[in-house]
Amino acid sequence: MAEKTPTDIGPPHYEKFLPPVIKKNYGKWAYHEIPRPGVLKHTAEGGDVLWSVRMSTARLIATETVRWIADLAEKYCDGHVRWTSRNNVEFLTTEEKNVDPLIKDIQAGGYLVGGTGNSISNIVHTQGWVHCHSPATDASAIVKAVLDELADEFTSMKLPAKMRIALACCLNMCGAVHCSDIAILGIHRRVPEINHSDLPKVCEVPNLAASCPTAAIRPVKVDGKNSVEVLAESCMFCGNCYTVCPAMTLNDPEMDGVCIWVGGKVSNARSEPAFSKLAIPYLPNNPPRWPEVVEAVKNIVEVWKKDARKYERVGEWINRIGWPRFFEKTGIEFTKYHIDDFRYAGLSFKRTAQQRF
Amino acid sequence: MAEKTYETPLCDELEKGPYPSFVTEIKKAAKKTSYAKGVLGLLELSYKEKIGHWKHGGIVGVMGYGGGVIGRYSDCPEKFPEVEHFHTMRINQPAGWFYTSEALRDLCDIWDEHGSGILNMHGSTGDIVFLGTKTAELEPTFADLVAKGWDLGGSGSDVRTPSCCCGMARCEWACYDTMQLCYDLTMHYQDELHRPAFPYKFKFKMAGCPNDCVASIARADLSIIGTWKDDIQMDEGAIAEYAKTLDIAADVISNCPTSCMEWDGKTLKIDNSNCSRCMHCINVMPKALKPGKERGAALLMGAKAPIVQGAQLSSMFVPFLEMKPPYEDLKDFIDAVFDVWGEEGKNRERVGEFIQRVGMGNFLEVIGLEPIPEMIAYPRDNPYIFFEADEEEEEE
Repeated sequence: MAEKTPTDIGPPHYEKFLPPVIKKNYGKWAYHEIPRPGVLKHTAEGGDVLWSVRMSTARLIATETVRWIADLAEKYCDGHVRWTSRNNVEFLTTEEKNVDPLIKDIQAGGYLVGGTGNSISNIVHTQGWVHCHSPATDASAIVKAVLDELADEFTSMKLPAKMRIALACCLNMCGAVHCSDIAILGIHRRVPEINHSDLPKVCEVPNLAASCPTAAIRPVKVDGKNSVEVLAESCMFCGNCYTVCPAMTLNDPEMDGVCIWVGGKVSNARSEPAFSKLAIPYLPNNPPRWPEVVEAVKNIVEVWKKDARKYERVGEWINRIGWPRFFEKTGIEFTKYHIDDFRYAGLSFKRTAQQRF
Repeated sequence: MAEKTYETPLCDELEKGPYPSFVTEIKKAAKKTSYAKGVLGLLELSYKEKIGHWKHGGIVGVMGYGGGVIGRYSDCPEKFPEVEHFHTMRINQPAGWFYTSEALRDLCDIWDEHGSGILNMHGSTGDIVFLGTKTAELEPTFADLVAKGWDLGGSGSDVRTPSCCCGMARCEWACYDTMQLCYDLTMHYQDELHRPAFPYKFKFKMAGCPNDCVASIARADLSIIGTWKDDIQMDEGAIAEYAKTLDIAADVISNCPTSCMEWDGKTLKIDNSNCSRCMHCINVMPKALKPGKERGAALLMGAKAPIVQGAQLSSMFVPFLEMKPPYEDLKDFIDAVFDVWGEEGKNRERVGEFIQRVGMGNFLEVIGLEPIPEMIAYPRDNPYIFFEADEEEEEE
C-alpha cells in the first residue's frame, strides 16, 4: 500500500448511532415496563415512549443476517438497532404499531423474540471448536442444544427470577461463566503431553515453569536438550502451561468434557454477587448435541423453577434450602471432587452445627 | 480456489430445533466465501473426533499495533486449505452497541470483501469480532475499516476494549453516563489499548447501576458501578398503584437485604441510611422508586477468571466518586494503578492477583488511598500481621 493507514482513531462516537428519541431523552427516562415477553416499553419524563423488541441470535452470525437485521431496522425503526450484553438484538422504535409486524417478520426469519424479565436470556459463550486453540469442548453446539430444549423459557417469563446461563470451553473462561446461575465449563482431565523435540524451539523453560499455579512443572534435560517434566499428582489440568507453550497439549478426545456450576450472580440485587459452585464435576463430550449436558441443565432449571420462591436466583434458592437439599432435590451425586482442595479450601467447609433434618 | 463443499451430517443436526442455529449462519456465509465452507468442514471433523483443530497462536497483526488481531491456523490445512489461515480481527464496538443500518452494512461490505462473512456480535469483551481471514487480507481490511471510521480493539497484554451498559441512553437507573465515560476512556487510552506493554490484560467495564448488566464485577480489572448517596426517590401515587397488584410486604419488604423498609399497607418508609443500594425494590417497582439524585459511581478492582491463580470478584476501592468529564480523579486513580502494576507486576499477573501478592494494605499505600472499612467484608481473622518497625525503633 502506498500510504500507511492512520492509527488510534478509536471507535465511532456513539452519538452518531443514537435514534432521535434517545438523543432527546438521554438521561431523562422515567420508567420502563415489560408489556409482554421480548418487548420493553421505556417512558421518558416528558412522555416520549420507546419500544425495544428483543431478538435472540446465535452470536456467531453471517453478514447476510446482519444485512437482514439492517433491513428490518430500516423497515420499522428508521435504521436504529442495538445489541445487548448477552448477544441479543434490540430493535428500537417509537411506534407501537410497528411492534406486531416487526415480531412477525423476526419470527418468519427463524429467530425468537424474548429474553426479558424472568426468563432465560441468551447463553453467553465462547468460541469452542469453531475458532479456539485450547477448548476442552465446543461452545456453539452445546449452547444451541441447551437453548433448543429451553426455548420456551426464552420466549416467556414464567420463571421465579432471571436465569443467566453461560458457557466457557476451557478454564480461561472468556466470559463471566464463573458468576452465572448455571455455568457450563469445558475441562481437561489429563496431564499435558510434552513434545520434547519442539519444546526448546517454541517455549522458554523459565516462563513455562513459572506458569504453573501448583509448581508441578520442573526444568529437566531430555536427550541433552532443555525441556520440562510434569509432576502428575500436582496437575489440575488448568492449561496455563499450554497458554505459554504450544508444546504442552492437553486436548484429548476421551478425557476432555464438561462440568456444571450453579448459583453465581453478578447483580447486587438482594444478595451480593457470588461465584458459581460445582454441581457436576464431569460429563462427557458427546457431539453434536451433548444430550447428557442438555439433560443436566434442564434438570437444574426444572427443580429450581418448581422449588424457588419469587425473585430467588439459583444461588439464593440454594442458600435458603441448603446444599444437602440441592443435591437431594436435583438427584445429583455428591463426590469428593465437590470439596475444595485448592487454596483457602477450608473456607468452604461447613463450620457450624446448624443443620436441617 | 477450488469450490469444494463438504458433507456435514453432524453439523446438520445442529440446524434442527427452535433456537437460531450457528450452523445455519455458517452455511449462509458459505454461499459466498470458501472460508465458511472450510470452517464447516473442519467443525464436522471436530464433532467426529471430539477435538479442536486449531493450532496455538501465531503472531500476526497490522502495522503500528501490537494487538487487535488473533492469529489462527488450522492443524490440517491439507484437508481444509480454505482455513489454513483463519485469523480473527477485533473491532472496537461503539459504546452501548448502538448501530445504524448504514454502519452495519459498511461492516458487512468490508468483511464480505476481505474475510469469511462470519462474525460475532459480539465477543466476550464487547468487540465486534470478524472471524476468519488470511494474513494478506489483514492490512487491506484494516485500511477499509479506518476509512469508514472504525478501529481495532485490544488483545494480549494491553488495555482491552472498554465496554459499558446502555446507561442513560435507555435506562432510568443509570447513575452516571456510562457511554460517555466508556468513549472517553477508550480514546484516552488508545496507546495502551493498541500497544501491549502491561504484565497482562486490563479490562474496564462501566455499569450504570448495581444491577451490573455488563457483569463488570466478575470480569473487569476496573469495575465502575453506578450508585447514589442520597435517598431513594419515591412516588407515593405510583406506590399506591403497585399496591393494587403487587404484594409489597412479601415481594419488596421481605426481600430487602438490610430490612430498611417498612410497609403498613398504605405508606412505604425507607431508612435510607441503612439501604445498601442493592436495587431490588427499585427493580420491582420501577414506576414508583428511583435511585437518588446525588449520583456517581463506586470503583471496584481486581475481577478475573481462574487463570492464573484463581478467580476473583472485584473489590471496593472507592465507594463513591462523582463521574463528570473530564474524569480527572478517575484517570489519576487509573494512572496510579498502571504505574505500580505496570512496573512491579509479574508476567501474566492481573492486577487482582498482584494485589493479593503484595498485600492490599501495601498496594493502597503506593496508589495513595487511605484504608477504610468500606473496602472489606470483615477484618482479618488471623494474627499473622506484618507489623512494620516504626522509624524510632529502626534508629536504635
